[in-house]
Amino acid sequence: MKARIFVTLKGGVLDPQGKAIHHALEGLGFGGVNDVRAGKLIELDLADGTSDEDIDAMCRKLLANTVIENYRIEKVA
Amino acid sequence: MKSAVIVFPGSNCDRDLAVAFEAATGARPAMVWHRDTELPDDIDLIGVPGGFSYGDYLRSGAMAARSPVMQAVAKAADRGAFVLGICNGFQVLTESGLLPGALLRNADGHFICRDVALTVENAQSAFTSRYEAGESITFPVAHHDGNYCADDATLDRLEGEGRVALRYAESVNGSARNIAGILNDAGNVLGMMPHPERVIEPAHGSTDGKRLFQGLVEGLLARA
Repeated sequence: MKARIFVTLKGGVLDPQGKAIHHALEGLGFGGVNDVRAGKLIELDLADGTSDEDIDAMCRKLLANTVIENYRIEKVA
Repeated sequence: MKSAVIVFPGSNCDRDLAVAFEAATGARPAMVWHRDTELPDDIDLIGVPGGFSYGDYLRSGAMAARSPVMQAVAKAADRGAFVLGICNGFQVLTESGLLPGALLRNADGHFICRDVALTVENAQSAFTSRYEAGESITFPVAHHDGNYCADDATLDRLEGEGRVALRYAESVNGSARNIAGILNDAGNVLGMMPHPERVIEPAHGSTDGKRLFQGLVEGLLARA
């Protein structure tokens, strides 16, 4: 069983990396990019039967810092 | 007086901090490896040093905060031992929950390595007792992730309780309210981005940091 964890900065949190990417896109001539936010994708290869609670706990205890980040869990069969 | 410096893989200010501890306490600190589960008995002072623990993987300080030794650090802090986290050490303390908030990438995206002017906001803490409230001091900073962030309620509480120990005299890295160093609610844990251990001898160009360590030692002696 696999799970993909998407970690993103919370709404109000400044994202200098996203800003730099935004500027670089503009530098390449791509207009019409309103904003860029960069995040992380963490792929977990899990033993079958790993509970949702455990995956959630992994996110809360390590994978995301919930002071500044949100996370979303996507389970892949 | 017993002190210790925690050493993570990737720490690089551990020996400088040990020199500062030894100069102030007169005794060599124990260098405690991140995998150790115990600190010396009755430890008085613990340093969490700067550097790039675990290569800053995942988030700065995130892996170090979950290493075995940090449980012992939390226990000692709970008992009242002084804990000083500098730079990466500050990041480790926020990641481990010993201090509130988080340290984000510098607002301009740059690694900042230079001397910065600081204002001592609270001169009552053990860490700052040798300074005057409102005094201007200069410490070097060297960090990529020093942009302190917390929600408004937390920031208001820190301000209201005198837990903002040090503030940048001007914006350096985008930190909320120019916060450079904060205390925990009991006042025995300080996290700060600037490096006091790099300005303790005339040969360093300044001795502004020396009084921080001297104040700590005096605080410990007063407790004994």
